[in-house]
Formats: sequence, structure tokens, C-alpha cells
Amino acid sequence: MTSGEERWTQATLALACFALDPAASGGIWLRARSGPVRDRFTDGLTQALSGQKIRRLHPAIGDDALFGGVDLSATLAQSRVVKTAGLLGEPAVLILPMAERAKPGLAARLAAALDGPVPLSLVALDEGAEPGEALPGALADRLALHLDLDDLPLGEAPEISLSPDDLAEARQLLPQVTLPDSAIEEMAEVAHKLGVRSLRAPLQALAVARASAALYGENEVDQPDLITAVELVLAPRATQIPAAPEEEPEAPPDPDPPENGDSEPDDTDTETPPIPAEILLEAARAMLPPDLLERLAASRATRMAHTSAGSGARRKGNRRGRPMPSRPGHPGGEARVDLVASLRAAAPWQPIRREATGQPDRLHIRTSDLRLRQFEERSDRAIIFLVDASGSAALSRLAEAKGAVELLLAEAYARRDHVALIAFRGAEAEILLPPTRSLVQTKRRLGGLPGGGGTPLASGLKAALDLAELARGKGMTPSIALLTDGRANIALDGSADRVRAAEDATQIARAIRGRGISGLVIDMGNRATPNLADLAREMAVSYLALPRADAHMLSRAVDDALEPVS
Amino acid sequence: MTKAFPFSAIVGQEEMKQAMILTAIDPGIGGVLVFGDRGTGKSTAVRGLAALLPPISAVAGCPVNSATPEEVPDWAKVHETHLVEKPTPVIDLPLGATEDRVVGALDIEKALTQGEKAFEPGLLARANRGYLYIDEVNLLEDHLVDLLLDVAQSGENVVEREGLSIRHAARFVLVGSGNPEEGELRPQLLDRFGLSVEVTSPTDIDTRIEVVRRRDAFDRDRAGFLKTWHKEDMALRDRIVAARATLDGVEAGDAVLRDCAELCVALGSDGLRGELTLLRAARALAAFEGAADVTRDHVKSVAASALRHRLRRDPLDEAGSTTRVARTVEEVLA
Repeated sequence: MTSGEERWTQATLALACFALDPAASGGIWLRARSGPVRDRFTDGLTQALSGQKIRRLHPAIGDDALFGGVDLSATLAQSRVVKTAGLLGEPAVLILPMAERAKPGLAARLAAALDGPVPLSLVALDEGAEPGEALPGALADRLALHLDLDDLPLGEAPEISLSPDDLAEARQLLPQVTLPDSAIEEMAEVAHKLGVRSLRAPLQALAVARASAALYGENEVDQPDLITAVELVLAPRATQIPAAPEEEPEAPPDPDPPENGDSEPDDTDTETPPIPAEILLEAARAMLPPDLLERLAASRATRMAHTSAGSGARRKGNRRGRPMPSRPGHPGGEARVDLVASLRAAAPWQPIRREATGQPDRLHIRTSDLRLRQFEERSDRAIIFLVDASGSAALSRLAEAKGAVELLLAEAYARRDHVALIAFRGAEAEILLPPTRSLVQTKRRLGGLPGGGGTPLASGLKAALDLAELARGKGMTPSIALLTDGRANIALDGSADRVRAAEDATQIARAIRGRGISGLVIDMGNRATPNLADLAREMAVSYLALPRADAHMLSRAVDDALEPVS
Repeated sequence: MTKAFPFSAIVGQEEMKQAMILTAIDPGIGGVLVFGDRGTGKSTAVRGLAALLPPISAVAGCPVNSATPEEVPDWAKVHETHLVEKPTPVIDLPLGATEDRVVGALDIEKALTQGEKAFEPGLLARANRGYLYIDEVNLLEDHLVDLLLDVAQSGENVVEREGLSIRHAARFVLVGSGNPEEGELRPQLLDRFGLSVEVTSPTDIDTRIEVVRRRDAFDRDRAGFLKTWHKEDMALRDRIVAARATLDGVEAGDAVLRDCAELCVALGSDGLRGELTLLRAARALAAFEGAADVTRDHVKSVAASALRHRLRRDPLDEAGSTTRVARTVEEVLA
């Protein structure tokens, strides 16, 4: 990792490049918790963008605000149509705080707006705390600059002062900046080697390179500008670590002849100039975070978790489902006005209002009369399989659990089920599959899972509880299906202590009951285990002894035992 | 509206381009589903296609683009009778669009201010005789999917709500795109798409460079780039128009029908929609290539697109459906 100050310099540079021509680069994805460092960055942004329109959005913003709509209260008051202007209709820099909470619907709309004819750009302030929370991919792909300012000490982030005059000058220069033809090839090649699959990225990198050249008063994009672009745009998107120079012969045969372009800087003091793409790759390599691979795994998990569940998708609300009585409220966003109920509410007041206003010939409706539709909808079920992968019998059990998960998923759509899988073995539990409906992803993840080791039942239950809470937060109805033979021998803190292990498990079982999560305990031991029945009682769920269950029996048992979605 | 990236300037992705051209020739094929990675030119192709298609003539001011004054629905209250040329509509269905916006709803504005019961047409009305494009179709809300299925099948949008009883023509080609890793599409909806294509990021470095180069040229000098490619786009348009004219005359012999049927039986696709789509697509391809008859080669070229998404899902078969279709085509039409 580069030191804090270097990161801040990078961020400042990114900011300047963005400010020169916001629409060309699409925008900035800034990952940082709300705090003084982020404030400094946004202050710098506001300053650099002085003179341009900056609009603030929020993740729950409705279509009325985005695209414009009828201002119902004003319309009623003035009895003529009053329209509000949409935020996406005119050129502006959009700022979206709490971007990690943006729903796929909003992401799709913003993405379409960014692609559209109006020059818009977006600064997404992503406050995701967990690796699992992040900006929707459709948006991230369209924002050129990805910055991460998390954990940056304030002391290493001095205030940004970009001279407006310099920026104005650079802005004038920007249209004249030319690009050597070889730069396009280099950018495409570097992107390819870094495993950046999207073809938007190299284009965005070229835009940033142009901005960087203009910033330094150059007429032509030069090597340092390309390096900047690679560092700012391509490196954060890398999905693979490019082959190190030593392994060069193994890398793809060099597709562009060396000395191809004149893009080599004259003032370079390297003695043996490597081919241009290699310099760029080197720059990218320096920027790659050391924990790249871990992050990739996390982000893949996110994508699944997010999209199968729909981040924060509302399952109860005023848009669809079974109609319920209307309620008073303020229209806007996605709520629908129940016209008949509104008129009914207004009816008794008509004589009084006519008298009060002196306008006998019209219908008097006040904002307080408006009634909104309400719908109730069955929420999706999330079945969390908690599988004991410990000991010798683990392998067969695991195979059965996998089979059951696949069977349930195969019919998941019709039954509104999401399925998750947690295995516990050794010292801790592992979420193998966040709640998902995707068969493709599931098969990929269920592949090889090892068995053996101790039985950390308490950790497993805890992981299941956390996941259940998460699923509930996303509007699903979670249930836990525990498959074990019940010999807990690892406590929550990882120590091998049978008594403590059993106590911990009981405690968490009570917590599960406290949250009212339904479930099922399946005893897969050869003989029924009494303490598992006790555990089921603590969890307030049913207990089922199913020695040698196969996948079909298991999926049927789970389906029968779990209460129908309500 | 600024001009879109020219369709003919799209590098590679031949199968996707072919599928879109085929639906342009014969809208009856019934829609294209494009599944694949981000940033592979899915949206670009759809928008480019819009610019490529020949304009339609419609009654001026008609909200559903009726071709003749007689077809204009009563509720539209259109008094014009003259026809105007307008571009083939390509309507975006944004994810998270409300049902009201899609099917149309009571015009609240008029209802509250003028006390008038008027219908405000939705996206389906605007898409009539054109294309309806859904990005991230696999993330679409279930109830909207149901609704679209219904309309796409019947070609008519029926609105019975809030005291309105409205119906209007809604014949459109559904184009959906998405990333299969982010969620699956219901089999019922899958089947409803005529053709399905899989796109991937090109891995060939020269192709990638060419993509970036063309796009960069487009961004730098839009007018110049469009001018360069205008001729090719127009040539393609002419071919599409010519193919539309000859489509009905293209003969499909018994041998070809047998091929289609055998292929579908071997693949075990549900229903007869597979055969019908396969035949229509092959005929459109034959017309596009100026052939008088549909041949086995035409069937082979469209088999993957027409059948890939109709296979019954087998959780135990690891091979992708593309491979399965290719394998079966090799076996049956050897």
C-alpha cells in the first residue's frame, strides 16, 4: 500500500482531472466513511467545480425528483398544473451520498442518464463499512475514477487548494490535447493484462490521460499522463496481478513493436527503456493493493448477495402486492395516490371549504385529504442451511446438503425462496453461499468444500443468526435449517471445551428464538441425540431425526417443516 | 438527442448483430435476449440499431404510432389524419419503473385539475411498432415481467384500473440484456424471447484495441465518425429493407422443416416454439443473404441463437447450453 500522503496526492490529482471535464470521465467512486478526510475531499471538489451545477441526490430519491413531475400540493393549491424540474434534465455534477444503499433501480436510471445525451457526471460517496456493501456494479463501471480514502489519517490529508485560474486555463487547453495513436493500443493492452474486462475502462483512462496532459499545460498526451491514467483508472479495477517483468517471456507475445511510438519521454533517465506498455504496467503494479485477491473474492460475494436479494429491496410497501386500506400521506416517489379514497376524504368538507374560499364551483382538495395506496406483499423466504462439516461423517452429509440446496434452488423461483449455505468445521463457521437464487453461482461455489475437524456449533449458529438478520434487513423471511449430529466441542472463542461449547450453543439458540426466526434442526447422527432435541427446544423450532437422509428427503423435509411464508 | 454510435462500426459480436438484424427483418421472431459481461456493447448495439432502422410512417400525434387513422384508439382523441415519418421507436424500460409508467394510468394531473378522466399512455404505447429495450432484464420486478409477457404475447395492452378501461395495440420487439451472474431469468420469460445471444468481452488484444480506437474516434469527432460510417449503415439498412420485401417469397422445403424438428427433438426443447422460431430466423437470414430458399446452412447459423435458451435446465450437466446446442447441431445436421 502506498503511504497516506501518496494516496492523498493521487486523490487530489484525480479530483483535478475530474474537475477539468466531469462528463468525459463519468465520475468518481469515492470509498470513504463520512468524516473530516472525506469532507476535505468534497470541499476541494466543490471549490474546483465552482461555476458548475452540483446536485445532491439520495439513495431513495424518486422518479419525480430525477425526471421531474407534477407538484401535487402546489397544483391543488393553485388549481393549475405546477411541475417540478428533474435533476437529470440539465448538465450537472451529481453527488450521491450513501451510494452503497442505491437500489438496482436507481443505479440503472443513473447509468442510463450518464450514457445519455445530457452531460452529467456522478460522484458516488460510498460509505460501505463491510466489504459486502458497495456501489452497484452498473454504476461503478461508468465512473472512471475509483478512490479509496478509508483509514486515511487527517494529518496526511492537507486541504486541497486548486487554483481556479489554473483549472480554467487547463480547461481551455483540453480540447486541443492530442493523443498519440500508440496510446490507444497501450491502454487496451494494459487493461487486458490487468484483467479489466470492461471496455469502458480503457476509454475512461484515455479521457483521464487527456485531462492530465491539459493540467500540466501539455498539448500532447505523454508517458507520465498515461501513467497517471493507469494508476487512477485501470489499477483500481484490476482483477488479476499482471505477470511480473521476470516472467515476461511467458506473457503474451509483445503485440506492439517496441519503438513503435514517439510517446517515450525525452527526459527519461532510464538507461534501458522498456516498451511503453511495460512502463504502464509497472505503474499499475505499484498501485495494486496487496490484498487484491481477497478483495476480489469479497466483491464477488457482494455481487451475489446484492443482486439476488436486491440491496435493501422493499418487500412491503405501497407499490405492489395485495391491496390494503389506503392511508393518509404525502405523495411523491413511488407512492400511488388512491384517487377514490382521496375524493371520499375530501367530500365531507366541500360545503365548508366552498364557503371559506368563496369559490363554489370547484372541488376543494387539500393535501391532507390525499390517500396513498398501500399494498401488502408476501416476502421472499431465505432458507439458511447450516451444515456441520466436522468429523468423518461430514463428507456425506455435506454432499446431501449440497444436493438439497440445489434441489431447492431449482424450484426457488416459483416458491420465492433464496437459499444460503453456511458450513462449520474446525474452529469457525464459513458462509459458503450468501442468500441467492442463482443456480449458476451456487454450483460454482458448492464445488469443493473440505470436511473434518472439530464441531464449533455455537459459531455456526451465530453466523446463521447474523445472516438471518441481514436477510431480514433486506426484506426476506429467514429460516434456519441446521444439519448436525450435535456433538459441539468448540466454544465460541475457539477453545476446545465441551461444556463451554454446549453452553455457548444454548445461549445463541435462545438468541435465535428471541428474534423469532423459524427453523428446523435435523439430526443426522446414526442415533438420535437428546441434546439436539434440547437445542431445538431452546430455538423453539422443530426437531427431526433423519439418519442417512438423501438430498430429496432433505429438501422435502425442510420444505414441509418450515412454516409457509406469511 | 445526439446521434448514437453507428451499428456497423461495432467491432465483433457478430452473433448479437445478426440476431438484431434478423428481428429487424422479421419482428415476428419475437425479441432478443443478450446476456453477457458489462461494457461489451450491449446497449450500444440496441441504440445503434434504432438509428439504422428505416423510419415508420404513423398518424401525426398518435400516442401508439398507428399506421392508419382507423387504427388510432378512441381515447387518444387525435383529430389529425395525415401521416408523418418518424424513426422506429426504441423505448428504454428502466429498471424499477412503476407499473403505471409501463402500462399507462389515469392522468392524475387532468383528473385533479380538470376533473377529467383521461388516460396517460405508458411506455408500452410508445414502443408499439418498435423495440422495447430492458437493460438488466434479469433484475426486473416479477410483476412487471408477468405483465410484459402478457402484452408481448397478445400484442395488445389492456388497462383495467382506476375506472379506466382502455386497450391499445402494443406490438414490439423485446430486447433484454443482462448479466447472468447477477440472477437468473424465469424460464417462462426466457422462452418468450425468440433469440438469445451470449456476449463476452473480446479477449483478442487487436479486437480490443480496435474497439477502443473506434469509440475514441467517435467521442472526439462525432460528426466525422458518423459520416465515415454512414455509408455502411445505409447499405445495411438497404439490405434490411430488401430482405423485408423478399421475406415472404423465401421458400422453406420439407427437408429444412425436418431438420428443424429433428434438432428440437434431439435437444428436448419444450413446446413447438423452438421449431417455429428456428424456421423464422433461418428464413429471415436467407432473405438477408438474398437466397431464394432456406438451406441447412441457414438453420445451422441461427440454431444456437434460437435454441440456446430453450433447453431444459439440467443441474447436473456442467456443459453450457451453447456447447450442448453446438454438439447436437453437429450430430443431427452432420
